[in-house]
Amino acid sequence: MTPTLHLWLIPILPLAGAAINGLFGKRFSRRSVAAIALTFCGAAFAMAIWIAARFSSLSLPHVESFPRWLLEQGLGTWIRSGTFSVDYSFALDQLSLVMLLIVTGVGFLIHVYSVGYMWEEGGYYRFFSFLNLFMFFMLTLVLASNYLLMFVGWEGVGLASYLLIGFFFLRDSAAAAGKKAFIVNRIGDFGFLIALFLMIRHFNSLDFSQVFNTILQNSQQFPIEKSGAGVLTAIALLLLLGACGKSAQIPLYVWLPDAMEGPTPVSALIHAATMVTAGVYMIARSHVIFERAPSALMVVAIIGTLTAFFAATIGIAQTDIKKVLAYSTVSQLGYMFLACGVAAFSAGIFHLMTHAFFKGLLFLAAGSVIHAVGGEQDMRKMGGLRKHIPWTFWTMTIATLAIAGIPPFAGFFSKDEILWRAYQASWIYWLVGVVTAFLTSFYMFRLWFMTFFGEYRGAAASPVHEEHASDSRRGVSPPHGHGHGGVHESPPIMLVPLVTLALLSFVGGWIGVPGSLGGENHFDKFLGPVFRSATPNINTGNAQPGEVVPPERTTEGAEPKTGHSTEIIFTGISVGAGLLGLFLAWLLYIRSPQLPDRIAGSIHGLYSAVAHKYWIDELYAWLFVKPLIAISGTVFWRGIDQGVIDATLNGSADGARELSDEVRHMQSGNVRSYAAWVAVGATAVIAYMVWVGLRTP
Amino acid sequence: MNNLVPLSYYLVLSAILFACGVTGFLIKRNIITIFMSIELMLNGVNLSFVAFAAHWQKLSGHVFVFFVMVVAAAEAAVGLAIIIALFRTRETLNIDQVNLLKL
Amino acid sequence: MLHLILFSVFALVCVGGAVNLLLQRHPINSALSLVVVMGALAVEFLLLGAEFVAAIQVIVYAGAVMVLFVFVIMLLNAGEEERSNGSRVAWLLGIPAVLAGMVIVGWALLSEAGSVALGVTPQAQEAFGNAPAISQLLFHQFLLPFEVTSILVLIAIMGAVVLAARPESAQKTKKEI
Repeated sequence: MTPTLHLWLIPILPLAGAAINGLFGKRFSRRSVAAIALTFCGAAFAMAIWIAARFSSLSLPHVESFPRWLLEQGLGTWIRSGTFSVDYSFALDQLSLVMLLIVTGVGFLIHVYSVGYMWEEGGYYRFFSFLNLFMFFMLTLVLASNYLLMFVGWEGVGLASYLLIGFFFLRDSAAAAGKKAFIVNRIGDFGFLIALFLMIRHFNSLDFSQVFNTILQNSQQFPIEKSGAGVLTAIALLLLLGACGKSAQIPLYVWLPDAMEGPTPVSALIHAATMVTAGVYMIARSHVIFERAPSALMVVAIIGTLTAFFAATIGIAQTDIKKVLAYSTVSQLGYMFLACGVAAFSAGIFHLMTHAFFKGLLFLAAGSVIHAVGGEQDMRKMGGLRKHIPWTFWTMTIATLAIAGIPPFAGFFSKDEILWRAYQASWIYWLVGVVTAFLTSFYMFRLWFMTFFGEYRGAAASPVHEEHASDSRRGVSPPHGHGHGGVHESPPIMLVPLVTLALLSFVGGWIGVPGSLGGENHFDKFLGPVFRSATPNINTGNAQPGEVVPPERTTEGAEPKTGHSTEIIFTGISVGAGLLGLFLAWLLYIRSPQLPDRIAGSIHGLYSAVAHKYWIDELYAWLFVKPLIAISGTVFWRGIDQGVIDATLNGSADGARELSDEVRHMQSGNVRSYAAWVAVGATAVIAYMVWVGLRTP
Repeated sequence: MNNLVPLSYYLVLSAILFACGVTGFLIKRNIITIFMSIELMLNGVNLSFVAFAAHWQKLSGHVFVFFVMVVAAAEAAVGLAIIIALFRTRETLNIDQVNLLKL
Repeated sequence: MLHLILFSVFALVCVGGAVNLLLQRHPINSALSLVVVMGALAVEFLLLGAEFVAAIQVIVYAGAVMVLFVFVIMLLNAGEEERSNGSRVAWLLGIPAVLAGMVIVGWALLSEAGSVALGVTPQAQEAFGNAPAISQLLFHQFLLPFEVTSILVLIAIMGAVVLAARPESAQKTKKEI
């Protein structure tokens, strides 16, 4: 019996920080607010480290609830209804440990960065309160031991996302973006909820271990649904809908680019490293269900692949630096979905981790760039910045190399593993993945070149210029020695997280070096126990498209069906794609800068479509939003609200008034009519009494 | 005395008197006539009381009639005083013109 | 037999007087018919053995109350009634209601005429409704209502005096004094 780890403390600490900052932060100084936020977030991180250190001594999965003294008060159980019950309990296994470390670690770094970035913004305390609140919900999501508690965290991060996207709420676009994010998320949550209901119906429980054990032990009742119809497929598809909403996949990705209206640390934390990965985590957690619904798994893979490619194509034409990164995030999430879709769950989680590092770094560095040029986000107005902001430049370079999949940086190992596993499921996945990798490399290096190389095309030209002025929306600079003026480097408090993340982007992939390159893929082995499940029925032969690759094969090179040499060739191809993208970007933006415009002119239609994001937003607006508003206006508002409810209320009031209007004519002041009524009444009473008298025998 | 008239005859007579009183109340316009119709009603009721008292040989009926008469007298006194006061202000004994208590 | 004849005759007189009250236009005629009704009723009371009640019917009711009515009619110089129709409700609802009520009551009474409860009256005692018997009841069992009623009359007197007094007379008496 392992002693309790006080898992419940990990989410509660940031919640305490959020509460303190939220309720009292207005009176605190900025230093105090920052100190409180960092303390509580850091404490959660420290606990995560401590747990990681003790991890090997724990029996797994380690489930625990609240402390005993709370349990004795009866507070441990949330719902008890007949045989169905849901507890407030947290669980720890390898998967949640990985997620825990990512969330707390990257979260803490971004908190530190935000102290500097948001220093001169209004609502400082509000920002950190929301940020800590987000940490609370995300940690609840990750540590939950049942679907319902996970859903609490799921919804909560959506809420925190809404609050933080619309942080500069006085700006209409920011408020609208926050609303859009929340509403689109809700559509996904609807799917999640229906899946929960189905689970309650069929498994009578929402607890992870109970649900999975029920499936595993009743293989007659829950067979592998090859036909694509059945309870598990339904649940899996609905869960997928939820994941698409949260992780911005087709068709629910439209909120993520708009979410760039929020401050850059928010984009880094929520829309790159943590919240959007919740969908991937949820699918990985529910792998037992997905593995038994091959058609659902295929849908996952297809959606992931399509999204990855689709978003990458949009990314190559964007001019706002944050938008490029946003579409890049959507694309990389597509990779993770692809990994899950071919049952390479640990590869997906691996990419999740490396992505958290390099994408978080990219966003933070972009924030640093934006801060340096005084709020400008359009890359066409940047250029030649590498001389002015060296630290930002070098960290961003490392991140760009990582995302492009250049060895030995982190992204290479994770992306390569995904592509390899995708190939084993179907060469189509692999091909699209490689093309997407090429596109990824292209637009990332395009960003790199446009921002840091060439001539500076922006406004804050020379170091003697001032005027950051007009931008109230941009976090400006924390107090540093010299005044504002021209392009300047960020203060140390913002640089330290950049450097840390750069280091992680560099070495982060080395725990997953595949067997073909001489490593032992420790990551896979670590997560092995989570994704292994006793399913001897799964076809271990040549995997057909859409079929599941057996999860026993979690370690690379354990049973090399196609040999190391093929794998090395494919690795080479993917590296080549990355280098090709680099070359093309150099060609178009350094060597012959007039080429992009000429190309854009010659394929004007296609370019226009891509630049306008394929008009998806307009399509949704025309298809869903306008009809909905029209129906609301005519049917619900005029028809039901005014016509039925108001009419009933007013009608009953009017009716009462009219009735009393009629009745008041009785009060005519005419004594004779009163007498008449008295006579009528008396006759009625007499008649009644006679009737009663006659009835009694 | 040995009365051979059935009780119901007396009661029917009482009912007829009462009905005449009510009818008078309803169709007459002069206030004083209406008042007299009320007295007629009371008389009809008195007859009914006395008839029952004779039937059941209880004197309480007579005592009740006694009280009814006392009250009728008092009521007549006060009512007529009111009518006099009303006549002073309104100069009319037409009940249709005494209709200020209306909505 | 005699009883029946006497009853019928004076019942006819009662009803005739009541109907006449309705038919006359001048209130004084109605008042005099009411006196006739009361007299006939007194005879009916006697037929029922209610000597005391018959006596006070004549003395108090016909002799005092109706005199008061006649005084007021003469005082106010009430003229003939005009023809006006003030209340449709009274005609449309009231009269039918009264008729219906009477029909019901009459039917109820006459259809039960054969039963013992409303049949031939039982043997009456001697000295049934005379003054000593009534006074025994009045001053022993009904003493409280008696006293209360006397107070009621007192109040009625005061009310009548106040209501009917001329408004100026108070000031006049003050001036004279």
